[in-house]
Amino acid sequence: MTALRRLGSALLAPAIAVVFAVVITALVILLIGENPSTALQVLVDFGDTPAQQTQAIVVILNRAVPLFLAGLAVSVAFRMGLFNIGVEGQYRMATVLAAGAGAAVALPAPLHILLVIVVAMAVGALWASIVAILKVTRGVSEVISSIMLNFIALGTASWLLTGPLRGSEEGAAIITTEDLPESGQFPGLNGLFDVVGLAQPRGELYGFLLVAIVAGIAISVLLKRTRFGFDLRATGLSPSAATASGIDARGMVLKTMLISGAIAGLIGLPDLMGRTHHFGTEFTAGLGFLGIAVALLGRNSPIGIAFAALLFAFLDRAAVPLQFADIPASVVTIIQGTIVLAVVIANEIARQLTRRRAERDTGQGGPPAAENPPGGPAGTAGSRIDEHQGTGA
Amino acid sequence: MSAATTTTSRPAPSRGPLTELLMGGGPVRRGTWILVGLMLLLSIVRIISGEQALTSSSTFATALLLAVPIGLAGLGGLFAERAGVVNIGLEGMMILGTWGAGWAGYQWGWVGAIAGGILFGAAGGLLHAVATVTFGVDHVVSGVAINILAGGIVRFLSELIYVDNEAGGGVTQSPALSSRPPSFSLPVLSDGPDLLGDLADRQWFLVSDVAGLLRGLTSGVGVLTLIAILLVPITYLVLWRTAFGLRLRSCGENPAAADSLGVPVYRMKYIAVLISGGLAGLGGVALVFVANIFKEGQTGGRGFIGLAALIFGNWRPGGLAAGAGLFGFADGLQLRSRTAVVALLLLLAVLLLAVAVLQTVRGRYLQAVLAAGFAALSLVGFLTIDELPEGIVSFTPHLITLLVLSLASQRLRMPKADGLVYRRGEN
Repeated sequence: MTALRRLGSALLAPAIAVVFAVVITALVILLIGENPSTALQVLVDFGDTPAQQTQAIVVILNRAVPLFLAGLAVSVAFRMGLFNIGVEGQYRMATVLAAGAGAAVALPAPLHILLVIVVAMAVGALWASIVAILKVTRGVSEVISSIMLNFIALGTASWLLTGPLRGSEEGAAIITTEDLPESGQFPGLNGLFDVVGLAQPRGELYGFLLVAIVAGIAISVLLKRTRFGFDLRATGLSPSAATASGIDARGMVLKTMLISGAIAGLIGLPDLMGRTHHFGTEFTAGLGFLGIAVALLGRNSPIGIAFAALLFAFLDRAAVPLQFADIPASVVTIIQGTIVLAVVIANEIARQLTRRRAERDTGQGGPPAAENPPGGPAGTAGSRIDEHQGTGA
Repeated sequence: MSAATTTTSRPAPSRGPLTELLMGGGPVRRGTWILVGLMLLLSIVRIISGEQALTSSSTFATALLLAVPIGLAGLGGLFAERAGVVNIGLEGMMILGTWGAGWAGYQWGWVGAIAGGILFGAAGGLLHAVATVTFGVDHVVSGVAINILAGGIVRFLSELIYVDNEAGGGVTQSPALSSRPPSFSLPVLSDGPDLLGDLADRQWFLVSDVAGLLRGLTSGVGVLTLIAILLVPITYLVLWRTAFGLRLRSCGENPAAADSLGVPVYRMKYIAVLISGGLAGLGGVALVFVANIFKEGQTGGRGFIGLAALIFGNWRPGGLAAGAGLFGFADGLQLRSRTAVVALLLLLAVLLLAVAVLQTVRGRYLQAVLAAGFAALSLVGFLTIDELPEGIVSFTPHLITLLVLSLASQRLRMPKADGLVYRRGEN
């Protein structure tokens, strides 16, 4: 019963936020003299033929994979009370260098794929470690340093692309790195559609989906079932209490940023290894910032982030069709921004409601409180952890 | 601010021993010495490297122009953070300000642009205040959300208003402003006979550099630059010399105590964050004035650099202005000359060598060796690199921001309750 109630209260805030965002967006669309129901139809219209419908699903899943990884990278740091706004720069650096390394060597397929992944994770972790080192040795706020490192990463990546790692012809409109050889490309998952009896889509479902799932499970286990995860969450909930209990706060900052950066390094790989096979001026940008939104919406739990990533990917798919229906595609960004703002506000309201309820319950004299001692404290303790996941975010 | 310090920068005759002269006195005297030292260093580096752009009056003029948006964003951050609200959303409010300035500017000229920018920025501030003060959302989370939202809103509004607009513009930019803001020059010295400009062109050691600095700061100064420079002392007076400022700052130090003394904490925070948004928006207006048009992505992270200037300046208006000047100089140099940025490496080498010597004297050998190593590296860089590629040069201001923060951020003291959510009755 309490578990059900807690699940309900955990879902309530995001649900309210989504409804609120939909209402706001409907008002915006009304304001520009279009019909909100047209927009809704475009959002849920996946096409007429079975192939078109599975194609829409593939587009959503393929977009959700990098978003999920981005959310995961941000959430690991969030859990510890750190703001890794530098995910954007970390994945840009990781992707350009992994693309360069992958194109430069010839290896058998599994090893080649592994090499690209390891290079990307290492670069992401290294780039993130700059933030951690500046924070623990010089006391520089990670928010500022990671933002500055984003600009530095963007500049460096564009220099690498136009200079040492350039693979495209001089004078080409789009500058790219050299293509990954066949052995470095991640095989797709389209066989899956035959197995479950769906029509084959035009595009290819990213095989990287499996890596993302593994990463999600690994992070979930790491946070919930290991000593390290306990230390990490404890530091996030109360740094002073954690330090008092013997946790090395500086070491935790460094380790957490390394993990966060390593995951951030993966963000660009689904697109790199599954579709474009090279890094270029047109490579998907902005995933790091969207990752912050996805992590907030998913309340920093891997499952929540998966749903948040799917929701964002679902909205992103509609950008082009909306354009055809004469509704500006930026409506999608507005929905996403509003959802994030609404979900953090809703979390806060939910926290205050539970707090008030807890105060009322404990305030109503001795007998009822004495009657169910396990229920009362356990309930408040649970909601306190929830509330910190919300606000610590 | 910087103009005021330079005019008083002639060292006064000393009354005590040399150390007293160099280290004694208040922050004003120390600041003066730092400025004199920097000018000396810059002119030595200019002579050695032969990069005249390093201290030319046009570089300083660009630096001033680019310091204005950074400084205004920083002042915005100052108001919010002195009232205890961290404002990462400055960048978003600045974006809103650029759009507001472009939209109002093409219809009603530069005065309209200023009003539009302030109003749009303040609207972003209002959103931040509602989320953080009324609903108690984590300040950084709300700020990040506002940054995401601002980008979407601006693109949406542009698509709505500028596409198919007869006045011009498009999805990512507005029509040009219908009138340009006036600008002023100091008569005789930097206008007409232009004595300072004449002096600056002689390439004399130190004299020409100072003349370049003064001419850069006094010729063709825009009206918004004047406003921004005036706002620095005004901010100081408002925050540190009025009852309103005392109340506002008390909300950032100890809101519970302020509340118990009858300060309307929520209202003060609202006012502070609204002012903050308005100033960030004004910073956006400054950018629109530079380009005479609104363009998407015009802010380029200057809101964040403003925040860094605030931290660098230890949450004080004077230090903030110095930080904005430094970052503006890096930004201006980067825009003016790609080869001059290489000369900065020599400057860095000299500064790091000084750090190394200082650390050796203090007996901290690890730091000394590290600093000496980096000094050697940047010297090698200066000697071997002719011209930096475009991608690398573009982040000069951001790299300098990071370097400065990492070298100077231990003795800083932020407002005590900065970033903490205050709920009445819960603390």
